[in-house]
Amino acid sequence: MSAVPDDLRYSKEHEWVRLEGDTATIGITHFAQEQLGDVVFVELPEKSASVRQFASLGVVESVKAASDLYSPVSGEVIERNVKVIEKPELVNTSPYEQGWMIKVRLADKGELNKLLSAQDYRAHIGETPGAGGD
Amino acid sequence: MTTDASLRRTPLYEEHKALGARMVPFAGYEMPIQYTGIVAEHRAVREDAGVFDLSHMGEFYFEGPGAQAAIDTLVSSDIAGLEVGEARYGLLCNEGGTIVDDVIVYRTGPDQVLMVVNAANIEKDAKHVRRYLPKGVGFEDRSNDTALIAVQGPRAADIIGRVAGNSVVALPPFGVKSTRAAGAEAMIARTGYTGEDGFEVFVANADAVQVWQALMTAGGGSRGEALTPIGLGARDTLRLEARFSLYGNDIDETTGPIEAGLGWTCKLDKVFVGRDNIARQKADGPKRRIAGLVVVGGVARHGHDVVSDGKAVGKVTSGTYGPTVAQNIALAYVPTELSKVGTAVAVRIREKDVPATVVKTPFYRRAQ
Repeated sequence: MSAVPDDLRYSKEHEWVRLEGDTATIGITHFAQEQLGDVVFVELPEKSASVRQFASLGVVESVKAASDLYSPVSGEVIERNVKVIEKPELVNTSPYEQGWMIKVRLADKGELNKLLSAQDYRAHIGETPGAGGD
Repeated sequence: MTTDASLRRTPLYEEHKALGARMVPFAGYEMPIQYTGIVAEHRAVREDAGVFDLSHMGEFYFEGPGAQAAIDTLVSSDIAGLEVGEARYGLLCNEGGTIVDDVIVYRTGPDQVLMVVNAANIEKDAKHVRRYLPKGVGFEDRSNDTALIAVQGPRAADIIGRVAGNSVVALPPFGVKSTRAAGAEAMIARTGYTGEDGFEVFVANADAVQVWQALMTAGGGSRGEALTPIGLGARDTLRLEARFSLYGNDIDETTGPIEAGLGWTCKLDKVFVGRDNIARQKADGPKRRIAGLVVVGGVARHGHDVVSDGKAVGKVTSGTYGPTVAQNIALAYVPTELSKVGTAVAVRIREKDVPATVVKTPFYRRAQ
């Protein structure tokens, strides 16, 4: 699997968004989990809380330190990943699948234009263009 | 990643780079914080073995007929009682009875004493030592010329035996001897900072790479995989589970040995710098005490407030997730009346009061 899947949108703060209908699934990137190291604690908003684009969403703690999560989109939290709260290491082992954080009912699809494409995100983290497809 | 030209490198810097270590500034050195990951490295030491580059640590050498007696008046523990080949943990204190550094003192010969000090304190300690050292006792700070490599874990004795022979394997805990390791002149001690059995190997900088590589090979598995290198990240989680104090976090010149839970290192029936005030701390009973906490629902970190009845009453000095105990653990100074095992308190983490309980320490003790 690519470290930066083509079908997702990305924030500069290393969150990803997967869009299905008006549901946005949010997590952190492979690059982010690698930088953080072993994730041992995840703090997420409650169901039905509202989140705002680029505002604080929660916290991931690695063994070393706490890092803020920022929501890449605005909307209402419709589900949070209970499994990742119980087993935070899923963020490391499966950042794009089992390690997702929350699902949000998207308030404004136009916000997606403020996010990065896979190609732009690769450039953002310093991966050379064309090296992302392996 | 920034590189800072003012940072020093240990003789093993290129080894770390080749192993893919993430390097960070620490005590003026560029040091490996992790190689593969803190949890995996932590587990390797608890279950197998790991090798550490601790060359940033300071080595003070004292020599002369009065060396042992002089160091006995500088260090809180019973240094006068050390036989040749024995080592002991102790504290350097100031007259006010607070902690200048925590050290290990090795009696390496009849008139030779080695003191290993924390890297961040080398200059300060050298000044402190010079201030009290009588004329006639030789003192040399060889920190910049000495490399220190540790092998720790259940397999450490087997590994050190292959590199330095069986006489080293026969060392008791806190035993030390001059010998050869991988062809190099070495001082080897059965000491460490992980809560596991292990050895620390002092060699000249020029021999560090050859000793490191010999340990890597000797500690490797049957399929050619090398011994696990351990970074400062896992060093911290290992020492905290074993409840070893970290200077600059848990102890410093604002803390006294009694409140820091280090009264056991103070031999109060001898003369040493700080003795009178430490005896007073003990007689009066400290107002606060360091306590072990288990925190449920968050990770406590250095500087977080400890809260009781909604009021900040203390400070966390060290906190992390403990990979072996599988709990969020911390050390914190709390009022003495809240330091009893079983007391419920809270730690204020990002504005929230997260429940915590005072527990018995060490958090982890290896099966004997």
